[in-house]
Amino acid sequence: MLFSFRMLATRALSLVGKRAISTSICVRGGHGVAKVDDYALPAYFDRRENPLPDVQFVTELSAEQRSLKEKEKGSWATLSNEEKIALYRISFKQSFAEMNEGTKEWKSVIAGMFFFIGMTGLVVLWQRKFVYGPVPSTFESEWKEKEVQRMLDMRINPVEGFSAKWDYENKEWKK
Amino acid sequence: MQASTETVFLYPPTPLSARCYSHAKVETDEEFDARWVTYFSKPDIDAWELKKGMNTLIGYDLVPEPKILDSALRACRRLNDLASAIRILEAVKDKSGPHKDIYPYLIQELQPTLTELGISTPEDLGMDIL
Repeated sequence: MLFSFRMLATRALSLVGKRAISTSICVRGGHGVAKVDDYALPAYFDRRENPLPDVQFVTELSAEQRSLKEKEKGSWATLSNEEKIALYRISFKQSFAEMNEGTKEWKSVIAGMFFFIGMTGLVVLWQRKFVYGPVPSTFESEWKEKEVQRMLDMRINPVEGFSAKWDYENKEWKK
Repeated sequence: MQASTETVFLYPPTPLSARCYSHAKVETDEEFDARWVTYFSKPDIDAWELKKGMNTLIGYDLVPEPKILDSALRACRRLNDLASAIRILEAVKDKSGPHKDIYPYLIQELQPTLTELGISTPEDLGMDIL
């Protein structure tokens, strides 16, 4: 009884076809066989370090492609360049030149950088106008003049520094 | 005051025979090449073995010798896989990296095989440019 039931299930599977295995379950001995999800099957990917991927790129071949595959079994010298390229494209998605091609992403990156620097600049300007209070009175030019005069009177750094640059006779900065 | 020119070792120099290297036997380049030529020369090599071999070989820090590639291309012929043959040529060119003179040398060495098997280079097919 169990044997005949198994036979029916496998026959049904062969009718249903390969793709549908993922949607049907073969019941044997009361337990099911796990459904095979797409992501669990070998995948195609173009990588420099993996030149020959696990599967062909094109899985279902058209009649033309199938006849080309037959022709491939003979001498390759008889194949035209277009046919060779077609055979390559059946097995692979992108050539090495195509997969190694750079993107134009860097332009977006630089643009983004400038944009955010600009935004920051606007924020800083706004802050200066609306957020920060007045600067201390010690920055006023009147105060600064008095400060410089006091420093000169004190002979700050008279040898090589500040006061050394002041001409005390002519009361001006040395040229 | 003369400076002392005496060299100071942190540890005494060991003779070659007593150095602390591993005692494993190192495979010579010829042995490596021979091993890979033999791998691809298997008469009934299957598609999986070709892919595995090629992907492993490309994983190494070297560009395969022409004789290894010759063996691999002949394996492609036995498997009726022209696309893989072209892909192998692209892969070794990419593997050479900045050393632009390696690939022309390989093509020069492989030319007899390429003409014999009727394999076009990616350049012949215009696939090396976008």
